[in-house]
Formats: sequence, structure tokens, C-alpha cells
Amino acid sequence: MMTQGIQTVSYIASSILFILSLGSLSNQESAKRGNIFGIIGMIIAIFATVFGESTEGHTILLIMMAIASIIGIGIAKKVEMTSMPQLVAILHSFVGLAAVLVGFGSYMDEKNQLIGGAAHTIHLIEVYLGIFIGALTFTGSIVAWGKLQGTIKSNPLIFPFRHTLNILMVVVSIWMMLGYLNSPPSAGINTLIYMTLISSVLGILLVMAIGGADMPVVVSMLNSYSGWAAASAGFMLSNDLLIVTGALVGSSGAILSYIMCKAMNRSFFSVIFGGIGNTSSSIQSAAITGELKPVTIEETCDLLKEARKIVIVPGYGMATAKAQHAICEFVKKMKDQGKEVTFAIHPVAGRLPGHMNVLLAEANISYDIVHEMDEVNPHLPETDIVLVIGANDIVNPSALEDAGSPIYGMPVIEAWKAKTVIVSKRSTGAGYAGIENPLFFKENTRMLYGDAKKSVDALVHAI
Amino acid sequence: MKVGIPVEILESEKRVAATPKTVERLLKQGFEVLVEKNAGSRANFSDEEYVKAGAKILDDVKNLFETSDIILKVQPLTKNEIQLINSGALVASYLWPAQNQDILKALADKKINAIAMDAIPRISRAQKMDVLSSMANIAGYRAVIESANYFGRFLNGQITAAGKVDPAKVLVIGAGVAGLASIGTANSLGAIVRAFDTRKEVREQIQSMGAQFITVEIDEDGSTSTGYSKEMSQAFIDAEMALFRAQAKEVDIIITTAQIPGRAAPKLILKDMVESMKPGSVIVDLAASTGGNCEVTRPGEVYNYKGVTIVGKVDQLPSQASGLYGNNLCHLLDDMGKNEKFKIDMNDDIVGRAMVVYNGEINWPQKPLSVSAQPSVKKEAVVKSETPAEKKGPAPMIIGSLIFGLILFIIGKYSPPEFLSHFTVFVLSCFVGWQVVWNVSHSLHTPLMSVTNAISGIIIIGGILHTKVDITSPISILALVAVVVATINIAGGFFITHRMLKMFRR
Repeated sequence: MMTQGIQTVSYIASSILFILSLGSLSNQESAKRGNIFGIIGMIIAIFATVFGESTEGHTILLIMMAIASIIGIGIAKKVEMTSMPQLVAILHSFVGLAAVLVGFGSYMDEKNQLIGGAAHTIHLIEVYLGIFIGALTFTGSIVAWGKLQGTIKSNPLIFPFRHTLNILMVVVSIWMMLGYLNSPPSAGINTLIYMTLISSVLGILLVMAIGGADMPVVVSMLNSYSGWAAASAGFMLSNDLLIVTGALVGSSGAILSYIMCKAMNRSFFSVIFGGIGNTSSSIQSAAITGELKPVTIEETCDLLKEARKIVIVPGYGMATAKAQHAICEFVKKMKDQGKEVTFAIHPVAGRLPGHMNVLLAEANISYDIVHEMDEVNPHLPETDIVLVIGANDIVNPSALEDAGSPIYGMPVIEAWKAKTVIVSKRSTGAGYAGIENPLFFKENTRMLYGDAKKSVDALVHAI
Repeated sequence: MKVGIPVEILESEKRVAATPKTVERLLKQGFEVLVEKNAGSRANFSDEEYVKAGAKILDDVKNLFETSDIILKVQPLTKNEIQLINSGALVASYLWPAQNQDILKALADKKINAIAMDAIPRISRAQKMDVLSSMANIAGYRAVIESANYFGRFLNGQITAAGKVDPAKVLVIGAGVAGLASIGTANSLGAIVRAFDTRKEVREQIQSMGAQFITVEIDEDGSTSTGYSKEMSQAFIDAEMALFRAQAKEVDIIITTAQIPGRAAPKLILKDMVESMKPGSVIVDLAASTGGNCEVTRPGEVYNYKGVTIVGKVDQLPSQASGLYGNNLCHLLDDMGKNEKFKIDMNDDIVGRAMVVYNGEINWPQKPLSVSAQPSVKKEAVVKSETPAEKKGPAPMIIGSLIFGLILFIIGKYSPPEFLSHFTVFVLSCFVGWQVVWNVSHSLHTPLMSVTNAISGIIIIGGILHTKVDITSPISILALVAVVVATINIAGGFFITHRMLKMFRR
């Protein structure tokens, strides 16, 4: 059995390990070590708690955790790298669910009902907040999962008075809290259940209003919420480890959302309140002149043969076509011919922050040749060919040139500055932001129609 | 319609307006092609090749001019040719309208529609027809080859067993298409290349081709909205001359490409500068045809001036030049509607400007059209978008800090000490998280998410603490479910992170 003191120092060790874990992710070399720090920290924390003085039911706990671990690892083993966003989203929902359950447990726990005065009120508020955030995260993540999986349509669900309704729900929740604080012990349980329902609906509505391309923001936002949920659980249980960890995760998610927002030129608040897919811009976008110039595989090969510097810009289309392995082959062949091939990754390419990096890593592409947008942009004028694979909005010149465009001001990869741009695309449709892309109509752009994987495969054979 | 390709009258013109390849393209566009006997011989194309491509060979030039609706040439029509051509026919060739007013007049008198290929506006849609670019590219390349030929030394530096050889220093004046081609060629031969241009916007282009951009310390930009450079102020010219004078003593090869449309080329390399150059140096003057940038250039001649070889003519690589020129012409005819829908549209930006003689009227000088890569409009837009950001100032920051301070005060005033100790931990952790996460590399954002996700499974502790011995009690059931989902989250999150990170490799 562990004394209170040993438990506390174990928690300190875990907190430090968690911080080191996040810190190690600053570069690829130390990242693996970071994950191991995280695992060790978690094991220390769990054992210190299970074998702590106040814990009961060790056997059942250990059995449950063993079974659940097997389930968790089983899922994580099976999942394909292209469906990583879905997995992350559904795992967030688990944290939300756990926070709700812990909140109810804490409310019903007799120990907590014995304390009185301000401490009791604060505890009640903590429970209320924890459940609210937890339920929101739970349903929001499930909707996000559905949208990423394709079970729910990915276009934003926009209806009138949406914002009013959302605000109303928050106001009602706060009003209900006042009654709940004054109710006698245990009697507030009904209020808690109603609030949980309202919060769940709010979670659904917030995420439903967000379109497919904005998913990176939503997923990182939910990541942040799951952290705050854990932190509020820490407050209600007076457990510093939970507070520390929750705050770490919460701020990490917040930073990611902020980076994503900046990368898409969206305001942070419009994301928090949901419904960022709506662009009620009344300014007329500039009309596009020019024609689409399709190319065949053979013509593309000829262009590639001449090129010395090639930059590949992958987008979500590469993930859906699962083209990353074909691209790896292609890169190998090009390198064998003495050409310089690099990748340019836009921060919001894909459905998760860093999604493209993971897919390229899966295909064994060295991270040394995978660069960020800001590193690549200054070198594009010297580039012979930019090969855009399944990307659209992130290479859209209207973001810089057309003040009427809904994505005006968003930083983009300036592909059109290269000598030639080859765009591999399924069809002539618009991107996720639903806007036309003048890049496709530029003088130096050629369109290579067809499934990304098939096109790249054909290129590999033809070269 | 019939397209005629006559022999170039000018002996020194080795190019031809159509090669067998471009004849094929013209036929594809639906035209019939007539070629005068031996038209391609100076560019190394035999009549048989033209026949094979599908052209008809005519012996008699008179016959050719009479039957053709469109005449494609390289050099402007001579007075004799204008006598032969049908009224109303279309001619596309070089015309240099600014220098050849008399030819324009003769063409107008005979109601010939003439397109000056050298007057195609330099807009992006017309790039494929821009003969100045396509020919300048060749001239720029050739200028370096010629200079290397007359320059009796290596261009690249070498360290051999027998001793060290210094690389040659090349100065390129004017960074248009020809200048940039020269820079690229000289650079790839191993020379040290410097380049001068009055237009500031070409600095990057010069550097990207591998040359050092040299300039004068006077703030004046020579770029104009027509894509050419303008004439500069006297102060600027003086500074420029001083710069050239200093450079002349140092460099081995000077290639000049400075031309101003419709005027004689500016004199940039004066006699004294040539004299100050090292013996054996070379000057290639690509502006020789419009008078030369060098004071002592003799157009069409190569000669030795006090030890410096002055090259006033550059071979044109006639077969390739003809091919490119022919392609430019094909693009032009393609743009005008091919055979079927052939139409002279004077409202068209390209045809309307390049057609310097139309229906008996001289359409020169042409209306200006803006093409420069440095649009001033854009600057305004940038300035506009910056102003609101500037207006924000420090006010929101101060208000934010005040609100934050007030919240802290309220919390401190009304909270029990136990809560405050937790609150301290919470705020400090947020800060630690904030500091740590900003350092995470962009490419690791997905692993960051999955690892933070796994870590947020720490909520399992809440579940563990609530579990009672009596596992059928409602609290225990809730707690156990929480433990199960949190464990799935922890195990899944860490494992998937592990899988991902394993994939990242050099």
C-alpha cells in the first residue's frame, strides 16, 4: 500500500514525464522517446492511484483495465493511417464520456456531500462545469468522427438563428446551475441530467455547422476541450495530477486550433462558437478568365523529364486516393534520374494538423525532403514543376489576389510561381471551401485528370 | 487559305519563316502551304523535307506571292516584294515599325495588312507568339558562346597540377530574356557573372540565374508598365557610367543587351572604357542591329579594337531559330482562328496592336498596354489590409490585462485556500503547456494530438478513485465504465502514436 506522500510524489513524477513527453515532440529524433515518457508517466500515475490508500476494488479495476487495454491496442493496430483523423476524434469522445461519468460519480459520492460552505459550492460548480464540457466533447467528437468517416454529410449544417439558439442553450445551462447550487444534497441530480442533455445537443450543433475542410480546427478544438474536461475533473477531485495534465492537453489543443485558424485566416472566436463554414461575404469574387488545359500522362512525363526541381503539394485528395505509396515510388524514380524532389505541406492540408506528414512518413518518405509552406514558398520561382496532388484551396491564388474571395488572406502555397504546375485532380469540381480556383486556369497550369493513385501509378510506369 | 513562304532576300538572314515541322502544324490548322524553292536551304532544310511534310514547292516567287493569302517572312518585305504581293493579303514578319516608316507607308499604300512580329504586346497570353523572347533567348546563349570563342582562355576556374587558372569574369548589361539567357549560359560554363539592369524588379531573376546583381546607389526604377525599361535621368546615367568604367577594368567579357523600343540603343560602353579593358577581352554587343551599346561597335562585324575583340554580329542558330520563329507564327495564326474561322479582330489585345498596317492605315505607335510584373494596384491592397491591424494598437492588450487582473482578484477574494492552491497549479500548468507546445514541429502535429489525447486519459484516476468495493453500487458502475473508456483511450492513443512515430525516418 502506498501512503499519501508516496502517491503525491508519484504524481509529481508523472507530471514531469508528461511535460517531457510533449517537449520531446519538438523534433523527429526525440519524438519516440517522448511517447515512451508519456507511457511511463501514465503507468506510474495509474499504479500510484490503484494501490493508493483510499482505493477500493483493486481486482475488478485491474481486470477492467487489462480488457480495455487490449481493446484499445486492437483498435489502434488495425486502423489505417488514412483514417487517423476518425480515430483521434472517437478517442476524444471517450475522454468526454469519462469526464461526464466521473462528474456524476463525484456528485453522488457521499464524501463530497459532507463538506459545507464555499468549498461545497465550488465543488458543485466544478462538477457542473466538468460535466458540461465533457458532454459537449463527447457528442461533438462523435459528430466529428461521423463527418470524417463519411457517415454524416460533411457539408456544414447552417440554419437560421443558429447562434441565438446556441447562446440560449448556454444561458439556460447557467440559469439551471443557480437552482442546482441551492438544491439540497443529491436533489440536483435531475438538473445535472437535463444540463447534460442540453450540452450534448450543443456539442452536436456546434460541430454539425462546420464543413469538411475546417475539420483540422474542430479536431484540435475538441482535443483542447478534452483537456479542459480532465482539468475540471481534477478540480472536483482535488487532484493536482489531473489538473496539470488537463491544462497541458487543453493548452496544447488551444495552440493547435490557433495555428490552424491562422493558417486558414479564420478568427479564433468564430471557431469556438462553431459554424466557421459560413461565408456570408457579399463582395462579388473576381471572374476567372482563361481555359483549363488538360494533359495526358505522356505529356506530363515529357514535362517531368525536362525538370530539375520538382515540388509536390499533397492535399486531402492524396489521402482519399491512398496515393502516398505510389508517390513514394515516383519520388524514388525521379531521384534516381538526378532530380531534386521535395514536398510542400500546408498547415491545414488534410483533416488533422500534420496529417500529410504522417501519411508521407507511412510511405517511407524521408522527412528531410518534407518541408513546411513557409520554407518552400521563397524557392518556388526557381522550381521547374509543382505537382499538386489532391489539393485545391491551399494552392488557390485568390487567397492573395481577390479581396472578394471567402478565403482571402489565408496563406497559401504559391504554386503558380513555378515554371509549370501540374494539377492531379479527380474532376473539375470546386474545393471544400466551394470556391473556384484560378490556379487551374493559369497560363502555366496543366490539368491531369483522374484518380490520384492511378495517375501517379501511370506516371511511375511511363517514366 | 494559302500560306506562302518566300526565300529571304537578305543574304545574311539565314532563318526561314517555316520549317518542315511548323509546315505540318500549319496543315493541321487547315491551311495550304506553299514554299518557294530553296527557301529553307540556308537554315539546313531541304525542299524534299518540306514536300514530305506536305508543302507545295513553287519555283517562281511571282507565282507564290500571287496565289498566297498569307505571307510569312522573317525580314520585312522589300520594295520589290511589295510590288509582287496581292492587295488585301496578310503579312507577318519582323517590321521594326519605329525605324521603317517608309515600308509601313508602302504597305499601307498597297492595302496590305501587316503584322509586326516584333510588336506583339508582351502580355502573358501572347508569350507563345513573342518572337523577341524566343529569338533573344538564342541570341543570349549565342553571345556567350561567341565570346568564349574569341576569348582565348578558360571560362571556368581550375586548379590543375600545373597551376591555378582563374575563372573569367563576365558582365551582362540588361537582364531581359537575352541577358538572362547569357547569365545562365555563362554561369553554367563556370564564369563569374555580374549583371546590371536599371529595373530593380529583375534583381531576383538575375540572382536565380546565378549572377551577382550590381547596381548604382541612386533610387530610381527604370521599369515601365510596358515591360521595357525607360531612359533614365542624367544623374543616374553618370553613376551608371562610373560603375561601368570601374567594371570594365576588372571583367574579361562584356555582353550588352540594352535596347529601348523604337530608338537607337543607348551608348553604355564608351571608347575609354574599351581601352581600359585587359587585352584579349571580348565585348559582344547584342544591340548592334539598333546601333550598338558600345561606342566602337561595327554592326555586322567582328574586329579587334586596340586588343579588345568587338563582336557586332551573332550567329542565329538558323535551324532552331527558324523552328521557334515558325512556332511563334503558328501560335499567332492559331490565335486568329486557324483556317476555318480566320478573322482579323482589331479589338483583340494582341492582333489589334501587332497589326501595324491595316486596311491602308498605319496603326503605329500602338496604344500602351500594362504588363509589368510589379503592379502598383497590389501595393495599395496590401496597405489597406494593414491599416486596421495598426489601429488596434495597445488598447485591447491593456483592456485584456485589466479583465484578467479583475478575474484573478475576484477569485482570490472569494475562494477558499484549498481551491487557490489547485488554481495555482492549473494556471502554471497552462503556461508550461503553452511554452512547450509552441516548440512542437509542424510535421509532428498529428502525433502531438494523439499523444495528448492518450495523456488526457488521465481522467481514469477519477474513475479509479470512485470505484467502491461494492461494484453494484451506481457510483461504482459509473466509475468502472469511465475506467474502461479511459483505458481504451490511453492504450489506443499511446499505441497509435508509437506506430506513427516509428514511421518517421530520414
